[in-house]
Amino acid sequence: MQNVNWVALSVFVVLFGLITWLGFAAAHWRKGDLGQLHEWGLAGRRFGTLVTWFLVGGDLYTAYTFIAVPALAFGAGAVAFFAVPYTIVVYPLLFLVFPRLWHVCHKHGYITAGDFVRGRYGNRWLALAITVTGIVATMPYIALQLVGLQVVIGGLGISGTGPVADLPLIIAFLILAAFTYSSGLRAPASIAIVKDILIYLTAFAAVIVIPIQLGGFGKIFAAVPHDKLLLAVPGENTTGAYGAYATLALGSALALLLYPHSLTAIFSASSGRAIRRNAALLPGYSLMLGLLALVGFFALGAGVARLPEFAAGFKQFGNNFAVPALFLHSFPDWFVGVAFAAIGIGALVPAAIMSIAAANLYTRNIHCEFINRNPTPQQEAQLAKWASLIVKAGALIFILFVPTKYAIYLQLLGGIWIIQTLPALVIGAYTRWLNDWALLVGWALGTYAGTAMAIAQDLKPTYPLKLGDWTLPGYTAFYTLILNLAVAVVLTLVLKALQAGKPAADETVAADYQA
Amino acid sequence: MNSNAGDKRGERSAWSWWYLLFLIQFVAVLWPPFYNKVEPALLGMPFFYWYQLACVVVAAVMTAIIYVITER
Repeated sequence: MQNVNWVALSVFVVLFGLITWLGFAAAHWRKGDLGQLHEWGLAGRRFGTLVTWFLVGGDLYTAYTFIAVPALAFGAGAVAFFAVPYTIVVYPLLFLVFPRLWHVCHKHGYITAGDFVRGRYGNRWLALAITVTGIVATMPYIALQLVGLQVVIGGLGISGTGPVADLPLIIAFLILAAFTYSSGLRAPASIAIVKDILIYLTAFAAVIVIPIQLGGFGKIFAAVPHDKLLLAVPGENTTGAYGAYATLALGSALALLLYPHSLTAIFSASSGRAIRRNAALLPGYSLMLGLLALVGFFALGAGVARLPEFAAGFKQFGNNFAVPALFLHSFPDWFVGVAFAAIGIGALVPAAIMSIAAANLYTRNIHCEFINRNPTPQQEAQLAKWASLIVKAGALIFILFVPTKYAIYLQLLGGIWIIQTLPALVIGAYTRWLNDWALLVGWALGTYAGTAMAIAQDLKPTYPLKLGDWTLPGYTAFYTLILNLAVAVVLTLVLKALQAGKPAADETVAADYQA
Repeated sequence: MNSNAGDKRGERSAWSWWYLLFLIQFVAVLWPPFYNKVEPALLGMPFFYWYQLACVVVAAVMTAIIYVITER
């Protein structure tokens, strides 16, 4: 413990204390009956444009993002910037599709994607597939948030092995679990406001102060190895890095909003209009993410990987240590505390929302569908609170006992899995032309093919698709979504031609999808 | 689109041709040959980077414009 940075640690602890208080106090914010699931799990759908901005921003742009994107830039160069087109093309989707989903869910009291699919298609098995996919894709994502937290705790100088080294993580986890249990979605929403202000402060300080210290952007980019500065120009008969870059951006954007934690944050908005306004306002975070990606290059320019004081950190956390190392190298101690607290708190906000979202799914679409069909509202809310604890405990155990790389692999697979829910959710928001069983088969084949392709590529995100003489490297999630859609359409046509089985009743009507 | 909210029958009333403006954003950032180059650099930042960052701002402004027009 002799390397502990006491100034930074003190600032870090004070800020954590602040948000702990805030998390508990949030129970009284826009007060509602927390014994009802829509109050605990969606904060009563009362968040206006501004709170939604903080909440969705704090939810989608996670601590892990702020560590991993610059780390990718630091290690792999230009390709890391796909996060920028990714977070550009996601917003038209938010603008067009999600207000429709918000309206229908508001009208019918749906809390989860599973609720919507159950109501729209009347098929509990399709709803179960959507639900299980959501929960399974979310779990490793929560675990990764704890990785983000681990990296900054390591950066504060608390290192070593054994229970003592894990203690800060366990304390942070207990805080998270307690305020989520007591305040529900109101807790991450209020904490997100503090966290986002700290993150903006950190990002702008980093982008202004560090380039001045390093002698300008020209010098920084000169330090980037030539082959990492731009995407590699594709050779003959391949779309090469260009195809990979574009499909990674588009596929990630299509997947992002389907995650349960995205939907939970979107559904907690007070109107479809608040969501549309946010499609124009949320790019503020994209800009910050882009600037933070550049911080990976700053770390290269500053040569932090060669400095002896950071050798242990890089050894333990790999490239994920690039940003913490750069901050330690460039900022005064007190501001290191602010920056690390921003990242650490940035882990708690999405982790809380993810655990709430997974708990809502379990309660609504597994327990109340298959186990206890007629719970009282109080039982339902209580069940969700317990489920949120179990989900988080699972993530903590995973991080403490399983090597981090497996969390990263699983999160990668999670993107491939969650995108398979797009046909039922996004196309379902417009039409129920697609047959529910066809959707289920498409989902199953997409999930199976995506998993097999990812494993065949040693869990790399892209797959070199062969088409005649051409090789098309692209994001596996994107390719398997096309497969899924094709299967769903063809099977729907076949089933309609055979006039097989009358589809179950649709609870919703066209008017439910708009204001 | 709110003016049509009273008479439903139609999801169609929710569509606006202005939404096609979103396509520009997709093309501008999902076609890397457009921007995968160093020059013209801005303050020492290669084109690849500042172009995409600028696209974030332009896309946000376009979305705001589409919002204002279609919300009327």
